[in-house]
Amino acid sequence: MHESVGQIIISALLANNFVLAMFLGLCPFLGVSGRLDTAFPMGVATTFVMLVASLCAYGLNLLLSAFHLEFLRLISYIVIIASAVQLVEMVLKKYSPGLFRALGIYLPLITTNCAVLGVALFQTAREYTLAQSLAFSFGGGAGFTLALVLMASVRERLQLSDVPGVAQGTALSLMLAGILSLGFMGFAGLGG
Amino acid sequence: MSLENSRNWDEFMEGIWKQNPTFVMILGMCPTLAVTVSAMNAISMGLATTFVLVFSCLLISLMRNVVPKEVRIAIYIVIIATFVTAVDYAIQAISLALYDALGAFIQLIVVNCIILGRAEAHAAKNPPLPAAINALGMGAGFTIGLLSLGVVREILGAGSLFGISLFGASFQPWVIMVLPPGGFFVLGSWLLLFAWWAKRKERLAAAVEVNQHA
Repeated sequence: MHESVGQIIISALLANNFVLAMFLGLCPFLGVSGRLDTAFPMGVATTFVMLVASLCAYGLNLLLSAFHLEFLRLISYIVIIASAVQLVEMVLKKYSPGLFRALGIYLPLITTNCAVLGVALFQTAREYTLAQSLAFSFGGGAGFTLALVLMASVRERLQLSDVPGVAQGTALSLMLAGILSLGFMGFAGLGG
Repeated sequence: MSLENSRNWDEFMEGIWKQNPTFVMILGMCPTLAVTVSAMNAISMGLATTFVLVFSCLLISLMRNVVPKEVRIAIYIVIIATFVTAVDYAIQAISLALYDALGAFIQLIVVNCIILGRAEAHAAKNPPLPAAINALGMGAGFTIGLLSLGVVREILGAGSLFGISLFGASFQPWVIMVLPPGGFFVLGSWLLLFAWWAKRKERLAAAVEVNQHA
């Protein structure tokens, strides 16, 4: 693995976008993308959790490998992520109660966001160094935010248009996501 | 059929039809879209998830009176992660090709919202037998959901079913169906179909009512 930090960021952000190319983190993508002013903070919060989780997972993996306890990897990662989410929740509750209420149930659900666990698992599987891991989680988080913001913008526009009754709701969101995903396929090959 | 049996049957059918995790509750989308490039992958993923679902719900239901409320989610997650680790190693031992095809998504069963949702909403409040039956139904419903995507995507995108070629050499595969956008499109189309069917049933029912009054 000799990918440069820049390559990893670009690849995770565009070519292998977490949501649109790797299908990670679809629940918040479909759930919170209704409005732009909740989509962006949600993306930022998730990115922060990813960075913390990636850092802790890197250290933990060294520890587990040293003691040959690899089978505990999954369990310890998920515990770390749950704690990181708890941290973000407390910070948000203290400094931005309005946002805390707006994100509602989706905030604790970052724990079960597969994008976060995905970052930790992929960086271990690909044997990234610390710098590469952090670049990967940052790029992934930024890509998640990008997809969320794009989707929210389109959906805000759609609220004003006349959609056939049958297609309203999730079916429409999925079709939109498919079209966005088609667009992102154009980035294939970028960043190696 | 006795009353007890019919109640169990209802419990089982709930996950398959009324509360189908894929088509009605739209839960567990990540594996649904990611691994359904072929019917075989879809079935394996469905079975693996069902196994984790049934055994975690069973254990959680057995422990429902001793788990303190404040830390329940953490305990559920650890229980689920334990079973997922077991499944992960089992699949690795049984078929390495399958393990490579499903990739990280086996380990990502941990964060499948269906399992935590069932644990919290059903297993934590019910005795072991109904909890396990309900979980089995949910797992079956999820497998059916995955399969209905996997079959469509494999037929259109690769011209085969369970790896057996259907149309001969002259078939031009619709490659986009096995690529990421295809997953979104196929699931979207299924939801459209169900929405149309529900609307149609509603309209027919309304028409019958009007006829009766006339």
